Amino acid sequence: MKFRDEYRDPASVHRLAEAIAQTAKRPWTLMEVCGGQTHAIVRFGIDRLLPPDVSLVHGPGCPVCVTPVEFVDKAIEIAARPGVTLCSFGDMLRVPGTQTDLLGARAKGADVRFVYSPLDALALARAEPERHVVFFAVGFETTAPANAMAVYRARREGIRNFSMLASHVLVPPALCALLDSPTNRVQGFLAAGHVCTVMGYEEYEPIANRYGVPIVVTGFEPVDILEGVYMCVAQLEQGRSEVENQYCRAVLREGNRPAQEIIRDVFRIVPRRWRGMGEIAQSGLGLSDAYLDFDAETRFGKVEPAVEQDSECISGLILRGERKPSECPAFGTRCTPERPLGVTMVSGEGACAAYYRYRRARVAAAVDG
Amino acid sequence: MMGGDGLALSCPLPAGDGGLVQLAHGGGGRAMERLLDTVIRAAFDEPLLGHRHDGAVFDVGGPIAFTTDSYVVKPLIFPGGDIGTLAVNGTVNDLAMCGARPLYLSVGFILEEGLPIVTLRQIVLSMREAAAASGVRLVTGDTKVVERGKADGMFVNTAGIGLIVAPAVIEPGSVRPGDVVILSGDIGRHGISVMAARAGLAFETAIESDCAPLAVPVLDLVDSGVAVHCLRDLTRGGLASALVEIAETAGLAVRLEEASIPIGAEVSAACEILGLDPLHVANEGRFIAFVAPEDAEQAVKILHSHEVARNTVVIGEVAQSPPGQVSCMGPFGVERVIDMLNGEQLPRIC
Repeated sequence: MKFRDEYRDPASVHRLAEAIAQTAKRPWTLMEVCGGQTHAIVRFGIDRLLPPDVSLVHGPGCPVCVTPVEFVDKAIEIAARPGVTLCSFGDMLRVPGTQTDLLGARAKGADVRFVYSPLDALALARAEPERHVVFFAVGFETTAPANAMAVYRARREGIRNFSMLASHVLVPPALCALLDSPTNRVQGFLAAGHVCTVMGYEEYEPIANRYGVPIVVTGFEPVDILEGVYMCVAQLEQGRSEVENQYCRAVLREGNRPAQEIIRDVFRIVPRRWRGMGEIAQSGLGLSDAYLDFDAETRFGKVEPAVEQDSECISGLILRGERKPSECPAFGTRCTPERPLGVTMVSGEGACAAYYRYRRARVAAAVDG
Repeated sequence: MMGGDGLALSCPLPAGDGGLVQLAHGGGGRAMERLLDTVIRAAFDEPLLGHRHDGAVFDVGGPIAFTTDSYVVKPLIFPGGDIGTLAVNGTVNDLAMCGARPLYLSVGFILEEGLPIVTLRQIVLSMREAAAASGVRLVTGDTKVVERGKADGMFVNTAGIGLIVAPAVIEPGSVRPGDVVILSGDIGRHGISVMAARAGLAFETAIESDCAPLAVPVLDLVDSGVAVHCLRDLTRGGLASALVEIAETAGLAVRLEEASIPIGAEVSAACEILGLDPLHVANEGRFIAFVAPEDAEQAVKILHSHEVARNTVVIGEVAQSPPGQVSCMGPFGVERVIDMLNGEQLPRIC
């Protein structure tokens, strides 16, 4: 398949792994920001191709994982109302709230549907004018333009039976929060390629400067990730801390301007709590004043902060890159995708789920041992 | 009994009685008799159905395999098949996987009030065609009608009986270390085709379901004297779930070579877009066979002679340990674990 096979070419992969081994003279800890990258790393065993001194820790870039529990609870509450149809992306439906998840709410009679695009939810609102359709919008900057477009069109077409429960998050403030943490051990970042496709990477330049960390905008295929690691390690060895673009086939420095414009039109920047990380200032998107009529919180009441239940789950540490799933004593025993203790085990892009899916036996053995 | 000639061109059914299924069609009275006569019995030129008895009475003359399955697919008609082809082929395939020659089927229809009779007719004709292709007789059935909104158009259950022809027991417990794992073709087409039809996803080329009867190639394999230890048709949960189930039951390990697993370019692309693992995507016309290593080459050769299995390949082998684990050697020489599908298959966010 074009645009995939060349980035999974074994010869290129081994050549890059060798180049990294030649370049790295000291131990380095890098974080891949996006859950899609984590998934590829674990699936293809890319971390095993690296020299032992270069270590990858997994970042907070799984939108499902970081959606705060109170938004899931609110979505469930809204879905249970008569006349409401709640739509979201497929993997959001499995995320546990305080009591249950959206699939559980559906089993109890709520009208919960998964859609492939927010515009499908809007089409549903057009087709079923007697129902009120709520789209539960989660995600990073990647999904924000399409979600913004749905609200924009709803207003333009005067569709009154459509609203959005918006729990969007932004990457740069989360990187700053990680770097500000006294326990941080990340020395360089592989930034999320798709987020930068939309936003570009100008906004990462002050972060690289201020904290003295290299940030390499990186794609999602094995060759992309290894090249990103190589570029990051090369910067660290040379004492540089710049923003570089590995994913140049998709990302421009200025990003996608029209996409940014519609985000700015429909959303405004708000403080947001991240599951496992707490509140981060200026790290979320909520609907802007002009679109408040389409805000599910206007219609169904504000989301109230919930207390995250104390459990042995270490997903907060995992989302901050301070622990790996293999270091959790509950991994694969008391915590599995069927009975997850925390959200990093739920989403397909959560680090724990990726470890469980691709290397369970080996990790379980290591934990036992 | 049901010759293949004329199936596609001359339909023996009366063309009238367009309209919709009504509750009366399941009420046991005249309306139901008319539906059965004009749509169902008319499709199957089956003497046992003509007896209008409470059940079908026959002699099979040996040990049998007996299986049942219910079909609830949405949409009812999808590229490459419909719920009728699925309902016949699914049960025929389950019988074949037991090393049995499929002989008789029952069918239970649960129809939703308002289903166009023309749709029912099309699906019944597909069943006739599928039954004829596998030489299996549909000898007894039942029809119920439920209120509008209580079923997705129609649900179908089939049960089947087959005569055991395999010389040895074919089941997960018969798998041995060293056995070779054979896959009868490319995977994932049924699941992607249905998912695309359901969600209105438009790909550049339509992906057709792989729905097909597997009894003929499987029985050829069994008859040839190849030491077949286990057979499994790949349905929901895909190749991964079938392999894990067998490995766990047998208490043995299965090791695969990822590069050897055939996946069509369209399926591969659709899975990339939707964030699905093709190993978890449903099939309806593919099976795996565990055979003794010395017979593997012959088994592949036999299967290649059948159109439905012409792309048969060896994908891995059985090892002693770790028990119950399926693993896969990836393209860069790193092994990963293959797990069953957890929960429903849901597309990811981004």
